[in-house]
Amino acid sequence: MAMIELKDVSKWYGSFQVLNGCTTSVEKGEVIVVCGPSGSGKSTLIKVVNALEPFQKGTIHVDGISVSDPKTDLPKLRSRVGMVFQHFELFPHLTITENLTLGQIKVLKRSEEEAKTRGLKYLDRVGLIEQKDKFPGQLSGGQQQRVAIARALSMDPICMLFDEPTSALDPEMINEVLDVMVGLAKEGMTMMVVTHEMGFARKVANRVIFMDRGQIVEDASKDDFFGKPRSERAQQFLAKILHN
Amino acid sequence: MKYNWNWGILWQTSIDGQNTWIMMLIHGLGWTLFAALCAGVIALLLGSVIGVVRTTDHKWLVRLGNAYVELFRNIPLLVQLFLWFFVIPELLPKAFGSAIKQMPPPWGSFVPAVIGLGLFTAARVAEQVRAGIQSLPRGQRMAGTALGLTQAQTYRHVLLPMAFRIIMPPLTSETMNLIKNTSVALTIGLVELTAAARSMQEFTFQVFEAFTAATVIYIIVNLVVVNLLRWLEKSVAVPGFIGPAAVGGGGH
Repeated sequence: MAMIELKDVSKWYGSFQVLNGCTTSVEKGEVIVVCGPSGSGKSTLIKVVNALEPFQKGTIHVDGISVSDPKTDLPKLRSRVGMVFQHFELFPHLTITENLTLGQIKVLKRSEEEAKTRGLKYLDRVGLIEQKDKFPGQLSGGQQQRVAIARALSMDPICMLFDEPTSALDPEMINEVLDVMVGLAKEGMTMMVVTHEMGFARKVANRVIFMDRGQIVEDASKDDFFGKPRSERAQQFLAKILHN
Repeated sequence: MKYNWNWGILWQTSIDGQNTWIMMLIHGLGWTLFAALCAGVIALLLGSVIGVVRTTDHKWLVRLGNAYVELFRNIPLLVQLFLWFFVIPELLPKAFGSAIKQMPPPWGSFVPAVIGLGLFTAARVAEQVRAGIQSLPRGQRMAGTALGLTQAQTYRHVLLPMAFRIIMPPLTSETMNLIKNTSVALTIGLVELTAAARSMQEFTFQVFEAFTAATVIYIIVNLVVVNLLRWLEKSVAVPGFIGPAAVGGGGH
């Protein structure tokens, strides 16, 4: 059974269709990179997976649980899916440690002490243990994004979603975040990553999904995608971004 | 203009035969502050709830909240106090209405004044709370939701702590306004500071002394309150946080 399974998912904002019959699946331990021109629906695709955005048609199952079933305990499901945002979205009024423990304490009902131990373990892993008492506003963008990844990991997720995790970063900070993500991928974390970092895709992706105008135009193994993309749109896109 | 200045009047015995006029003004100030405090509690609690409700996606609650705000901020405060004092008791069941009308002074004026001021100010607080929450990046709510927090938990732990910090300056002005607005309650018989000054003027004809004293007292009180609130604002300021704009846009 696939970890994440989308079947014929469509979504509209009013009369504008953002997702058009998207079908794909992510197996346990797989790393999928989602790319495409801006406005192609890739961010939306990742946000419907844990129901941060509603969708009108189709089905999505995460670990066998239907996301759109009204009986599904969505907060519980979301707590098992780690999410990393383009703009980090750490909670500015909480210290780094409190950012790491809030979800563990309120959602997973862990004791403060247990939550702290676990949170700091992952903070150490992303190399920021000495920042634990600072506030998000006192860290650089790259550091904030690493904390955001540690925050997601502290919840012991069964899979992780990344929504353009490096797009808001200054160029010199991109690699410190990508390094953490590569490490995760190598450990076997199931990941769905919206990114334009083709270097990351080449290094760790199993498959690449290319989207255009709300449709999944290409869903191919990494080698096939970079070697010989079938669609003209994907060829053009690759030519453009690999030039830089 | 010929006017007999007599600042000593403040320390002369007032019409009640016991206290000096200055003490009577200070007694009025006590009612001003007590009314402002009670109305402030109502305004903060009710205003926060309505402000929060207006930022949820419950269509009917949002409409209800909007209707409240528009109703209470579009009717003059004076009219609202008249409604609470003269009209509402007549509309209530007879026994209940006359119980209200027969409340001993100053409660007969105080209660309608506090209700009127509280509900009026709540509409304004609600507007600020809504603006504060909406000034936060959309991703903040998403981040809370994605962690598995319920909507209530997201408000309690993620959105409101920042929203309230952001709206501290306008809430400070609102507090000042509330203290000053209590003077309108003199029209329904509450002897607060302005009413006390007026009664001093009526009995002594020392209009300049009476209202100068009241003015100075209002200024001192508001200076104290504004500085207290500024100190509070500083003490809860978030290190490194520059403002909602600096957090970023919030994704696609």
